[in-house]
Amino acid sequence: MTYTEIERQWTTRLRRRFVRLLPPEKLLPDTQPTYVSSWIYVFGVTTLAALAVVIASGCLLALRGPQWWHTSSVGHFVNSLHLWSVEIFFFAMVVHLWGKYFMAAWRGGRALTWMTGVVTFLTSIAAAFTGYVSQSNFDSQWISTQAKDGINATGAGAYFNVLNLGQMLMWHIVLLPLAAIVLTGLHVILVRVKGVVPPFEEPVKVSQ
Amino acid sequence: MSLTHFAALLPLDTLGHYLHWHFIQISVANFVVIVLMVFTFIAAIFAPFPGRRRRKENQ
Repeated sequence: MTYTEIERQWTTRLRRRFVRLLPPEKLLPDTQPTYVSSWIYVFGVTTLAALAVVIASGCLLALRGPQWWHTSSVGHFVNSLHLWSVEIFFFAMVVHLWGKYFMAAWRGGRALTWMTGVVTFLTSIAAAFTGYVSQSNFDSQWISTQAKDGINATGAGAYFNVLNLGQMLMWHIVLLPLAAIVLTGLHVILVRVKGVVPPFEEPVKVSQ
Repeated sequence: MSLTHFAALLPLDTLGHYLHWHFIQISVANFVVIVLMVFTFIAAIFAPFPGRRRRKENQ
């Protein structure tokens, strides 16, 4: 294969484009700007850490099933771990959202970063709701019978049936986590490509 | 001590408490979480971050 042929390969061109867009030193940086040393910048990574615990505890629940998480003490513990990591996930994500909103974090060509965050937030809410109706207890029965009226009022009830445990469980453990993970990954990559949003510049004082 | 002893600390089998203010109705538990988030947000802005002064001096 000649040099020109290698240059024209789609793999070569795609690799070069990726490296140009996100060089390794930007993907895994050694340092961050001074303004990042504030507690308000901690909540994004707190959300990521909580998401990792949510996924890990969810995998454990999937391994053993409802009989286990309802009856055994270890099952109760993992079930609680799943719930409380979700609580921390949303808590940290809301503080992260407020911080970024007041920083106007969509500045400097970061609109896509902001929008992927918005869609991830909405996807996570849907994942949490399908989790509530997938508990397989009286609580989930009560929530699903209440939720069906709201969903039916939107007209989506025929397709998205909250009383269908199988369908809700599949949305909760396959579709929505997959979407949340992919969107979160994209969000983090975009943060790395564009960098962390800088603070607003102080207004220049003009002496008279 | 079994977990049931801890469960007795919080009555979980009673009706939830709600706050009413005009058309707004919110459970006390949700209200407490929102207050904690606002408190955390304000603390995150004003609390000193470890090593921030040292980094500024180095620059």
